Amino acid sequence: MMINYKNDFPILKQTVYGKPLVYLDSSNSTQKPQCVIDTLSEYYQKHHANIHRGIYELSVRATTLYENARRFIQEFIHAKHTHEIVFVRGTTEAINLVAQSYGRSQFKKDDEIILSGMEHHSNIVPWQLIAEQTGAKLKIIKILDNGEIDLAHYKTLFSKKTKFVALTHASNVLGTINPIKEMIAIAHEHNTPVLVDGAQAFPHLTIDVQALDCDFYTFSSHKAYGPTGIGVLYGKTTLLEKMPPYHGGGNMIETVSFDRSTYNKLPFKFEAGTPNIADVIAFHTALVYLKNIGMEKIIAHEKHLLQYATEKLNELPNLRIIGTAPNKLGVISFVLDTIHPHDIGTVLDREGIAVRAGHHCAMPLMERFAIPACVRASFGLYNSTEDIDALIAGLHTAMRLFH
Amino acid sequence: MSDLRDLYQEVIIDHGRHPRNFGVLENANHIKQGFNPLCGDKITLYIEEKNGVIENIMFNGCGCAISMASASLMTESLKNKKIAEADMLFSVFHQLITHSAMNENQQEILGKLTILKGVSEFPARVKCATLAWHTLNAALHNESGAVTTEESL
Repeated sequence: MMINYKNDFPILKQTVYGKPLVYLDSSNSTQKPQCVIDTLSEYYQKHHANIHRGIYELSVRATTLYENARRFIQEFIHAKHTHEIVFVRGTTEAINLVAQSYGRSQFKKDDEIILSGMEHHSNIVPWQLIAEQTGAKLKIIKILDNGEIDLAHYKTLFSKKTKFVALTHASNVLGTINPIKEMIAIAHEHNTPVLVDGAQAFPHLTIDVQALDCDFYTFSSHKAYGPTGIGVLYGKTTLLEKMPPYHGGGNMIETVSFDRSTYNKLPFKFEAGTPNIADVIAFHTALVYLKNIGMEKIIAHEKHLLQYATEKLNELPNLRIIGTAPNKLGVISFVLDTIHPHDIGTVLDREGIAVRAGHHCAMPLMERFAIPACVRASFGLYNSTEDIDALIAGLHTAMRLFH
Repeated sequence: MSDLRDLYQEVIIDHGRHPRNFGVLENANHIKQGFNPLCGDKITLYIEEKNGVIENIMFNGCGCAISMASASLMTESLKNKKIAEADMLFSVFHQLITHSAMNENQQEILGKLTILKGVSEFPARVKCATLAWHTLNAALHNESGAVTTEESL
């Protein structure tokens, strides 16, 4: 089942400090295939104009490309309607949008919002902000020692005050893929809507928002081989319709007078101002690229890399893997007894190996596992077992240096 | 490996692993916390100052080898120094690790601290080496709030 698409990614052909670049930080951001880079350049060379406004050929063409992307994404995540796909800057903005628009209009003092203990800061802080503004409170689901969510604890958190659940589909540190379908069903038994942070899961799993029955699903292009600065909020029509606008401006209105304005229909109500047209179109190209390879093939490849890396890392003395859930993405975090993650990161960097070392924007999770930081290697479709061998060799270098 | 060895000299690894003056100083009259939010390093600095002289100085916290070694070496070099001398030492130390030109006199002032010169080849690690010093600066000059490397650089 091995695949090799490294050649599609020009950035990976370089050397760093004289060593071939080994990129193991795809959970942070993925590299871009040539076709995505070409789309960006071609768009600005041939098709650019502002969209939804012009009556001339270029604007019509740009609008068509932009809206084709929306339709493709709808199909890609199996949403029911195209207007349920809202373009935003990224997962972070998508979550802030829901917190501020849905939350501000629905939450009252002492209402409760359930989050998990493995959330990225971007799925914590927006809820803290709205909690401060409305007087709502956060309830946190515990994490088990192997990095799985404590489902039994989750069930005990619901009460009459529960108004919302926000959960990550997969942990950016532990790699754990959460049983979100089951968790969504539990929330729905309590008439509670669920937002899923799909930033990590979206590029590495097949997503079917209707099968999951999630109320909101959020993801970023830059973690899915597309450009930075663009992402998606999927929301069920009924919820998006009752939510007030998030940003005001052009495009999101129907009529404006100084007495009052009326708002445009979905999804435009949430897309104020000139959007990130070029990056939407290039994101479309990235998704076509993934579809052509086949998500099933990518999933199998990354699973193989995870297994290989787990075996190899477990052979190293004094190494502890953080997150050992049976169902994981290609993400592997670890600590060494005697070397701080930051020092490991520097040694690996000089060997041409890019990993993340730090708290991974998940400080509460670091506290849960009683570590100040950890090293994380994360895989993309372009990685190979040779990359993992290089990582292991780099770790041996670090251990020699710190003997 | 050779430039890595320049950074991670034996003395640095030793100070990182067994930091000197590590602990809580009961008689401290200046206490300050410093954070590096990017990597999670944190230290608390305890200073016993009398008439403008650092009579005793200790720290505790956790972090990478560079941040711990730098804090350890800093405490060793500051005992019985006047505040003005400490300020000057920080400025010369900053020159050392950011590759600025330095005269012999300045190298002499630094003494053992010159061992951290290797950091200058690793710009991503300058914040680790300066965390303790920024915390010192805030402690001695009574700046309010905790120090973070993101504000001070």
